[in-house]
Amino acid sequence: MKSKQIKIALRNCGHIDPEDIADYISKDGYAALGKCLTGSREAVIETMKKSGLRGRGGGGFPTGKKWELAAAVPGEKKYVICNADEGDPGAFMDRSVLEGDPHSVLEAMAVCGYAIGADEGYIYIRAEYPLAIKRLKIAMAQAREAGLLGKNILGTGFNFDIGLKYGAGAFVCGEETALIKSMEGNRGEPVMKPPYPAQKGYMGKPTNVNNVETFANIPAIINNGADWFASIGTEGSKGTKVFALAGKVKNVGLVEVPMGTTLRELIYEIGGGILNDKQFKAAQTGGPSGGCLTEKHLDTPIDYESLKQAGSMMGSGGLIVMDEDDCMVAVAQFYLDFTVEESCGKCVPCREGNKVLYQLLNKITHGKGEVEDLKKLKNFSEIIKSASLCGLGQTSPNPVLSTLDNFYDEYYEHVTEKKCRSKNCRALIKYIIIPEKCVGCGACKRACPAEAISGEVKKIHLIDQEKCIKCGACYQKCKFNSIIIE
Amino acid sequence: MACQIKENEIKEKVIEICGEFKNDPNDLIAILHKAQNHFGFLPKEVQAAIAEILNISSAKVYGVVTFYSYFTMEPRGKHPISICMGTACYVKGAEKVLKEFESKLEIKNGQTTRDGKFSMNTLRCIGACGLAPVIMIGEKVYGGVKQEDVSKIIKEYE
Repeated sequence: MKSKQIKIALRNCGHIDPEDIADYISKDGYAALGKCLTGSREAVIETMKKSGLRGRGGGGFPTGKKWELAAAVPGEKKYVICNADEGDPGAFMDRSVLEGDPHSVLEAMAVCGYAIGADEGYIYIRAEYPLAIKRLKIAMAQAREAGLLGKNILGTGFNFDIGLKYGAGAFVCGEETALIKSMEGNRGEPVMKPPYPAQKGYMGKPTNVNNVETFANIPAIINNGADWFASIGTEGSKGTKVFALAGKVKNVGLVEVPMGTTLRELIYEIGGGILNDKQFKAAQTGGPSGGCLTEKHLDTPIDYESLKQAGSMMGSGGLIVMDEDDCMVAVAQFYLDFTVEESCGKCVPCREGNKVLYQLLNKITHGKGEVEDLKKLKNFSEIIKSASLCGLGQTSPNPVLSTLDNFYDEYYEHVTEKKCRSKNCRALIKYIIIPEKCVGCGACKRACPAEAISGEVKKIHLIDQEKCIKCGACYQKCKFNSIIIE
Repeated sequence: MACQIKENEIKEKVIEICGEFKNDPNDLIAILHKAQNHFGFLPKEVQAAIAEILNISSAKVYGVVTFYSYFTMEPRGKHPISICMGTACYVKGAEKVLKEFESKLEIKNGQTTRDGKFSMNTLRCIGACGLAPVIMIGEKVYGGVKQEDVSKIIKEYE
C-alpha cells in the first residue's frame, strides 16, 4: 500500500505524539517559522510562488499568488483563516492532519501571518470533529507557552495568535465568503466576488483563507526548499495530493501520492483492486461538485487540469470507487439530494434549479422518465452552472453531466426499457421465486412485512408483485438462493 | 415539550453563556453551540432569550439556527442515533440501514420515539469512511453496520 506514496502533508501523522510539542519540534517543527522570521516577507511569498503549491481545498488557486494579493493590500489589521470545515462527504484528510499533526497547521498559519502582515488567525472547524478540536486546543496552548505563538515570537517582535471558530454543519461554508459570514455569526451565505477576501474579508479586513492540507504542506516546503517541492508532480500541479480512498475498493484509507499518479495506480496498486473482485465501474472525485471517471480515464495522470478535462475536479480529494452494482443514475440523484439540502437558498438557479434536477432524476429512477427528460437534465444543468452565484451552484450539476456523458446508456435504459442494470432502483426491479429451487420452508413468507408471499409448507411459494414493496427481506432470508432479482 | 425547561432557568443560563462571549453577536454561533450543549436543543424560548441579551432580533437567531444542520429545535432522545449518509457509506448500503432503523423503531428520520429513548437523524460524513457504513449512538461509533445488525444494536440500549 505504501510503495507509490510520498508523504508531505501527512509526513508526521502517526509518527509523532500530536499532544506533545517536543515531538513535533524534534521533527524540524517550527524550524520553518524561525527561518521565515529571519528573512523578509517578500522572500517567503517568493518561495511559495516558486514552489507551485496550489490550494488543496478544491479550487486549486496558487497559494503564493493568494498571499501576494493579501500582502499587497494596505491595512493595519489583517487575518489568516484556516478552512477546516471539511464538509465533502467521503473526505477526511483535514481531520487526519488536525488530529495527527496540529502543529504543522499552526506553524504554517504563523508563516502566512508574517508574509501578509497579519497578527491574528482563526481556524474554522467543524463541530463534528471533537478530537481534532481537543488536539488543536492543546497544541495552541503548548505553542503559546513555548513562545511560538503570541507576542514577540522567537524574540523577533512578530506577534501572531490563533483562535478557534466552530462551524455548525453547512456544506456551503467551505466557500470562503460564506465561511467568513459564518465566522461573523451569520447564516453562511456567500457574497459576490469581488471584493475578494484579500481585499475585504473577516470583519471587513483583508483576509487570507487557506485549507488545512495546503497549510500542512508549507513547513515542509520552507524547510526543504521550493525547488524540491516543484520537482514532485506534473507541469501545472506540483507536490502531492492526499486522497481519501473509499467505497468498493479492498484497501480503504488515506493515501498521499505525487500529482500525476494515475487512477489505475491508485485503485489497483494502492487500493488493491475492487472489493470481491467485481467489475470497476466508476470513481467519483470532487464530491458533490465533481464527476465520475470511468474505465477510459484509468490511465490519465491525475492533476487539477486533467480532472477538469475529464468532467470532474480535484475537489478536496475524496475518491469513491464504485462497481457494477452501483446505478449511476441513483448516484447522481444521491448527490443532487445533497445539493438540494445544502444549497443556501440565496440565488434562484441553485435553489430552484437543483430541485428540478433532483425531481427529474427521481422520476427516472422510479421508472417514470421519458427520453425528453434527459435533454431537460442537460439544459437545466447548463443554466445552473452558468447562472449560480458561488462555487456550490456552479459545480452542483457536475455529477449529472458527467454521468450523462459517460453512462448515457444507463440513463437511456432507465427511461425507455424501464430497466436498471445494476438492480439498484427499487421501482425497476422484481423479486421472483424460482419454482425449481423453492423447498417451501416458509422463511420468506414469515419475513415479508407486506404479506405479499403465499404458499403452503413444503409447497412452492409465490410473490404477489402487486403487494410486494421490494424491501428485499425475503431475498435475505432465503437459504436456498431460490429468490432472484430481475 | 419545550416547557420542560423553566423560564427563569433559561434566562439565567443564557445570561451566563452570553456573558462568556461578552454578549458579542459575532459569537452567535459559538453561543448557540454552548446553549444546545446545555439544554439539549434550542427551543423558541432559548432563542428569544439569546436575542434579547445580544440585542439582535429573534428572527436573526432563528435564521441562523435553521440554517445549520447541527442545531436542532426538537429535543433529542436519550440515545441519539446518527446515521452517516456520506458517499462512502451510501455506496456501501447506508440507506438500507436507515430504513431498517426506521422500521424497527417505528419512527422516521428526524423523529424521536414516543418514550423519548431514541431519536434518529442522518448526517453527512463523520470522516470514518474506512469503516463504512457508519452509525453513531451517542458518542459510540459502529462501523461496517449491516441491515441484520440493527436489532442487535438497538437491544444494547434497551
